[in-house]
Amino acid sequence: MAVTVLVIARSRNLFGVIVLGGLYSFLMATVLVAMDAVDVAMTEASVGAGISTVLLLGALYLCKSEEARPVQKPWLPLAVSLAVGAVLVYGTLGLPEFSDPKAPIHVHVVPRYLNELKKEVDVPNVVTAVLASYRGYDTLGETTVVFTAGAGVIALLRRRRKDRQP
Amino acid sequence: MRYDLVLRVIAKLLIPFILLFALYVQFHGDFGPGGGFQAGVILAAAVIFYGLIFGLADARKLVPEPLVESMMAIGVLIYGGVGIAGLLLGGHYLDYFVLDPNPVLGQHRGIFWVEVGVAVTVSGVMLKVFYMFADRGKADE
Repeated sequence: MAVTVLVIARSRNLFGVIVLGGLYSFLMATVLVAMDAVDVAMTEASVGAGISTVLLLGALYLCKSEEARPVQKPWLPLAVSLAVGAVLVYGTLGLPEFSDPKAPIHVHVVPRYLNELKKEVDVPNVVTAVLASYRGYDTLGETTVVFTAGAGVIALLRRRRKDRQP
Repeated sequence: MRYDLVLRVIAKLLIPFILLFALYVQFHGDFGPGGGFQAGVILAAAVIFYGLIFGLADARKLVPEPLVESMMAIGVLIYGGVGIAGLLLGGHYLDYFVLDPNPVLGQHRGIFWVEVGVAVTVSGVMLKVFYMFADRGKADE
């Protein structure tokens, strides 16, 4: 993954960058499978590697396939992103170990989900049960967000087309 | 769109399986990985694939734009409708226990319809975004 990111940062050919971006998404999906988050991995593979690659290629079709030379030296943005990354890594040091059973998130509602699920919902996939049943409001909100995003895209792109035609 | 025999044959072979896989992910989401969101994206990907190979006009004929636009709203309405159905049957909003005499089956029913709603909205939005992007390219020429 590190190699992919380095090549993406160095390359000036946008077509190659998009393909490598899809590759990065697939690698990320593999990592997520290794961490037992199969549902998330599936989403990453289909959205990250599939749909967004197609959309980026569509955008590439509208513009030149070579990246323009940057006007300024990239040192300040680089420093800022490195600093933010360092802060984030510092933040993860305070988190509990991966898959530590005594982590705060695992002692609050998770035991109830895992123990009562059989009795209350009886759906083998815990992720689906939590998503659609226990956290039904959140998922309703997410669906509304997706809908709103789509409506926003329609509003943006359609007006542009109407301006051009008359 | 250039006529490319190999791509067309492969696409025709693959698309039924992609659609079948989307349905599997949708209806098997209770038992294995997957669910409405993933199924919706895969469904949209199948149509986008078709559109890439056979041209946007054919994809539009297959899945017309008014249908896509209404799918976006219908999904959210299905989701909200499940909540309203729970209210009408005497429970709280988005309470699935009341959807069936057996509360566990009611949960199953609620989750099923909610996932259908998510899938419909997600595939509608993805397709719409794809149509919009692809269409802009043509308008510019």
